Amino acid sequence: MTRISVKVDGTNYQDEVEPRLLLIHYLRDRLGLTGTPVGCDTSNCGACTVDLDGASVKGCSVLAVQADGSEVTTVQGLTSNGEWTGLQQAFHERHALQCGYCTPGMLMAARDLLRDNPHPTSDEVRHALEGNLCRCTGYQNIVRAVLDASEQEVRT
Amino acid sequence: MTTVSPNGHRTAFVDNDQKPCGHGRMLRKEDPRFVRGKGRYVDDLQLPGMLHLAVLRSPLAHARVLSVDTSLAEAHPKVRLVVTGAMLAEKGLAWMPTLSGDVQAVLATDKVRFQGQEVAFVVAEDRYAARDALELIDVEYEALDPVIDVRTALSPDTPVIRDDLEGKADNHCFDWETGDAAEAEAAFARADVVVGEDIVYPRVHPAPMETCGAVADYDPVDGKLTLWSTTQAPHAHRTLYALVAGLPEHKIRVVSPDIGGGFGNKVPIYPGYVCAIVGSLFTGKPVKWMEDRSENLISTGFARDYVMRGEIAATRDGKILALRTQVLADHGAFNGTAAPVKYPAGFFGVFTGSYDLEAAYCKMTAVYTNKAPGGVAYACSFRITEAVYLVERMVDCLAYELGMDPIELRMRNFIRPEQFPYRTRTGWVYDSGNYAPTMELARQMAGYEELRAEQAAKRARGELMGIGVSFFTEAVGAGPRKDMDILGLGMADGCELRVHPTGKAVVRLSVQSQGQGHETTFAQIVAEELGIPPQDIEVVHGDTDRTPFGLGTYGSRSTPVSGAAAALVARKVRDKAKLIASSMLEVSAADLEWAKGSFQVAGDPKASVTIQDIAMRAHGAGDLPDGVEGGLEAQICYNPENLTYPHGAYICVVDIDPGTAKVTVRRFVAVDDCGTRINPMIIEGQVHGGLTDGVGMALMEMIAFDEDGNCLSGSLMDYLIPTSLEVPDWETGFTVTPSPHHPIGAKGVGESATVGSPPAIVNAVVDALRPFGVRHADMPLTPSRVWEAMQGRPTPPI
Repeated sequence: MTRISVKVDGTNYQDEVEPRLLLIHYLRDRLGLTGTPVGCDTSNCGACTVDLDGASVKGCSVLAVQADGSEVTTVQGLTSNGEWTGLQQAFHERHALQCGYCTPGMLMAARDLLRDNPHPTSDEVRHALEGNLCRCTGYQNIVRAVLDASEQEVRT
Repeated sequence: MTTVSPNGHRTAFVDNDQKPCGHGRMLRKEDPRFVRGKGRYVDDLQLPGMLHLAVLRSPLAHARVLSVDTSLAEAHPKVRLVVTGAMLAEKGLAWMPTLSGDVQAVLATDKVRFQGQEVAFVVAEDRYAARDALELIDVEYEALDPVIDVRTALSPDTPVIRDDLEGKADNHCFDWETGDAAEAEAAFARADVVVGEDIVYPRVHPAPMETCGAVADYDPVDGKLTLWSTTQAPHAHRTLYALVAGLPEHKIRVVSPDIGGGFGNKVPIYPGYVCAIVGSLFTGKPVKWMEDRSENLISTGFARDYVMRGEIAATRDGKILALRTQVLADHGAFNGTAAPVKYPAGFFGVFTGSYDLEAAYCKMTAVYTNKAPGGVAYACSFRITEAVYLVERMVDCLAYELGMDPIELRMRNFIRPEQFPYRTRTGWVYDSGNYAPTMELARQMAGYEELRAEQAAKRARGELMGIGVSFFTEAVGAGPRKDMDILGLGMADGCELRVHPTGKAVVRLSVQSQGQGHETTFAQIVAEELGIPPQDIEVVHGDTDRTPFGLGTYGSRSTPVSGAAAALVARKVRDKAKLIASSMLEVSAADLEWAKGSFQVAGDPKASVTIQDIAMRAHGAGDLPDGVEGGLEAQICYNPENLTYPHGAYICVVDIDPGTAKVTVRRFVAVDDCGTRINPMIIEGQVHGGLTDGVGMALMEMIAFDEDGNCLSGSLMDYLIPTSLEVPDWETGFTVTPSPHHPIGAKGVGESATVGSPPAIVNAVVDALRPFGVRHADMPLTPSRVWEAMQGRPTPPI
């Protein structure tokens, strides 16, 4: 067992974990932060995307011990005082989700994009979300939502 | 009635009322929890003392199981239970019935019949320990020759897979035919032109983002089993568990919580669910089973796998006379196809498509192979994907042969609007359709003539551009109970509606959303009928203790069957409300008019009572009319008189890189007609998703096997599904041809795009490859397969 100290969605945690424990299972099973799901076992789908010290990572491909001393933000940390972020609002208004399973990871990946590139083109959004699979939406409304959130006219 | 209105993808969003009291573009009630990570999927569930289950799977496709040694696994300090097939056999639980009336091994006893089959399971304190313990189980196998190629599965010297079945001496599963062979023969005899083609619809997988899983919780004190599971049909599952396990239905509660996509993958009962139940029964603790992606791909319900020989007959001037086909269907090791009992080949009988033919005939043989069971899944509407692919490819082959434009050939042969209801040569009665305006709208939106001119110019320069057309008629909304049942359960659906004293309401459904937006649209249906705002209507589904019996969501049946039930139950409540209103207004009910949300006295609109006033009176003090009980609620079980038959016209434009043979879908125009549109925003989302499925199936996806029966597509590294980069911006439009027999004129639509898009894409690729003399190439049209076709070597994908 290894001792870790990690801040998740604004709360500090100190825990003993097996070194092999994946970050995603630490968040889900130990902290009860089940908002971030798992969709595959080969790091392709991006459903488990969370923010680790300012970069989006696939939580299934990071060990909990690697997050020692770090700050993690999940989809559940986006909403404060009941206020949605612009991205969450745009996903709702653009109908950019159906079953909702890819949505948490998609929101986190899009948030990372807009931080680096506040005014992306439609192509840039598609490239930024390439690591996040969705089976329901056909992506188009997701791209629109991200462009809306970037407060940019839809460019085609 | 048909109205045509183009709705291009560049229109402004959220263009009309945000809070319609009924049908219209309404934002989803589901979204607030999903965008905040507050959905409730099966794996989110954590119960006190809950244990974790992992399944040991066969590494071989076909082998005798000689021994299973679990002693080391049992000695693992965190393991609570290890179960083998032999242990289940003692309890009579080693085999379970499938939805096709075959049987399937829960855990292998005699032998394994596909790679990935369940052999044993472990229940441990956490998911890591459960996986560890699988490594400690020692299974001794005696390898047998596997049967992989469906074309040789019936050869005399082929090993028999199903020697568990009494007297079984071959791999034959069933034969099925439809249409009239002699009539077809006669039509073919007098045809000017006959075209034949071998067409394979390869094995693919629905691969929902959330895999299958369950939490079983058996309470030994009150004897009640609660099963949270990824099921699209919770009531049907409950009844089947009751029949298998011997527990009475009132002691089984099946809960389907939020489901991360189903796409038909979550209709069958899988061994994992049964293992979780057994695990909980044996340990007295809640037990969670959650498969990983590899397990999902190699062992749960696949889709398609039809090897077809199609033939089409026509006159020289393009009148299609007849269509016939021979099909070899690969059903894997157990026939687990989810289809109505009388329809072993699903609704493949609609393979005559949208055309007025003189004759049609299909002869099908289904066989067992050493592969996972399944067949009906992935938005197929019970095999209509295969049917539409066959007819739309054959019509294109004919157009090629005749040198005729593919739209022109289709237009000449459409069933005409005045012919509806139209009985096809295989006995299906299409409810309504007005095909030409739908095709015409797609042609206009695509700018078809300009596209052909562009193509001609590019072809002259050696560039490869293709334009593909498909026109489909779907058959959704199973179904009339006299014809359609799943293992004896009629395909009707219940609905209950209760209006509370303050005028808020709850509507309980037997169908189960997996992302299709039922919590929003069913509130809209009731709102349209009753005038209560949809925000005030709670939709309850997925919990067998809290909802009426019904068959669940698949085959795009929710709107046709449950949607009808929701409208009719609201009308029943409205009828009662009218009686109460008449006493409140002291007039005869015959003098009342309904004004969406209130009853008013004819000729005196000021004398009116709202549905909310009536709800309070129904529950309050004061007299009600003679014979009217208190409360304001109703229930119904809706038995549809026919299916609904939505249609659509799709046009696809592809570019092919002549150096790498990579296909790019540049444009895709999809015009759908599903009758009355409850929520256009949600329909568009359904269409976008289905079109993306089409790109996946046509260009990328395939569950492949090597000759030893190893699954070569057992993870997302090899089973490729479209990302945001493989798909274009979709261009959608619609026409409206209501279903005459449906209470609100609505037809199903969810699977239309998955059904209709693959032939459009393949037709486009084949069109692009014309300079190479290609008349057909099988999916998936990956760069290597397209390259082979360009070299004159198109090969079937098995």
